[in-house]
Amino acid sequence: MSDRLIESASQTAGPYVHIGCLPSWAGIDGIYPEDLGATIAGPGARGERITLKGRIFDGAGEPLRDSMVELWQADAAGLYQSPGEYRGAADPDFRGWGRAATDADTGLYRFDTILPGAVRSGGVTHAPHVALWIVARGINLGLHTRAYFAGLPENAADPVLTLPELAGRVDTLLAVRDGGTWTFDIHLQGGRETVFFDV
Amino acid sequence: MDWPYWGDVMSDSGPPPRLSPRDFSVQPAALSPAYRSSRLRAPERKLVALPGQLGDLTGPAFGHDLPGAADHDLIHNFAAAGASALGPRIIVHGTLRDESGRPVPDALIEVWQANAGGRYRHKNDAYLAPLDPNFGGCGRVITGADGSYSFLTVVPGPYPWPNGGNDWRPAHIHFSVFGTAFAQRLITQMYFEGDPHIALCPIVNAIPDKGAIDRLTARLDMGRTVPMDMRAYRFDIVLRGPDATMFENGTGG
Repeated sequence: MSDRLIESASQTAGPYVHIGCLPSWAGIDGIYPEDLGATIAGPGARGERITLKGRIFDGAGEPLRDSMVELWQADAAGLYQSPGEYRGAADPDFRGWGRAATDADTGLYRFDTILPGAVRSGGVTHAPHVALWIVARGINLGLHTRAYFAGLPENAADPVLTLPELAGRVDTLLAVRDGGTWTFDIHLQGGRETVFFDV
Repeated sequence: MDWPYWGDVMSDSGPPPRLSPRDFSVQPAALSPAYRSSRLRAPERKLVALPGQLGDLTGPAFGHDLPGAADHDLIHNFAAAGASALGPRIIVHGTLRDESGRPVPDALIEVWQANAGGRYRHKNDAYLAPLDPNFGGCGRVITGADGSYSFLTVVPGPYPWPNGGNDWRPAHIHFSVFGTAFAQRLITQMYFEGDPHIALCPIVNAIPDKGAIDRLTARLDMGRTVPMDMRAYRFDIVLRGPDATMFENGTGG
């Protein structure tokens, strides 16, 4: 075995993360054909189409207008479009990964995707959810959280939502429905601070 | 799908291996008051441990056909025909490995930076130094079978930023790195050997460990220098890796 190495230290993505990760959004055209992560679910993807949107609030209640969010989720059958998926083949028209900037004016991020299926693995069933990863100026190490979907029956037995240490904080992980749009606001600090995970 | 990377630590039909717990002693604290932006953006509560979840041990893959022919060449990928970016020309190269020492092949690395004058091509950057019409400031590469990567650029300039009144960022290149697991996702910054601003920077000093800072500092690599053309800097990157002490599979989800 080779000697154990040490993980490289993280540094903030800074206020100009868009240049590298969403250059077209930043107005830098002509280098890449399009920004990565714009299409999570292709036109033929199976499942219920949804929009997931929200804002990320700092400790003063101001929405972040310079951050970037990445999304990672299973398809409608609960399978990941990943080489590491061992349970079967995910929907070929579903990518499951997305990337969005929070709007420079409103602070809203937005993902057009499909409602994920429950994830059954290792004898455990996780309620439908998406993983989100947040980076920005002032965030030294990217933040991992999960958005679940309020009202789904699977939530009651979800192994994460039922963790004892999440008592009183579960609603910070629940997106709220309005038609086909689910709103998931994230709070970095304060009484409504979102649960962030050490994954 | 073929899955060479995890090799002997993963059976064909089993879930990906768990990752070693993250060593937070070599990572920046969420709250580092000298870096003012962290004061209102650092979570105040402890992270909730959620290891071994399938959703975090999987992640998106990007093919070798993703980067265009010039994506690795920041000297030319935004330049007019026949022109090139201003500034000292360099090759930045290194190897992407995980904590177990294995190279990470087929991984997407995205980079972005200020131009040689310290100015970003971004509407929120109003620094006095001018934009370079031939420099966009972004590039991307996919690591090779041995985890290696390289790209061409110019040395970015240091620049002042509104933090403590007279703070200057050391010259740096931002890196966004994908492994194979969403839990390996990393954004960091590469610094340049010998830059006195490294020791003064509140963002750098959010990292409590001197060795960790040193490992973010690229070294001049004369062996890869192209005579009469460009110098080279070496910057190796390490992502989280499989837990060597733990061979049971993920708990699911």
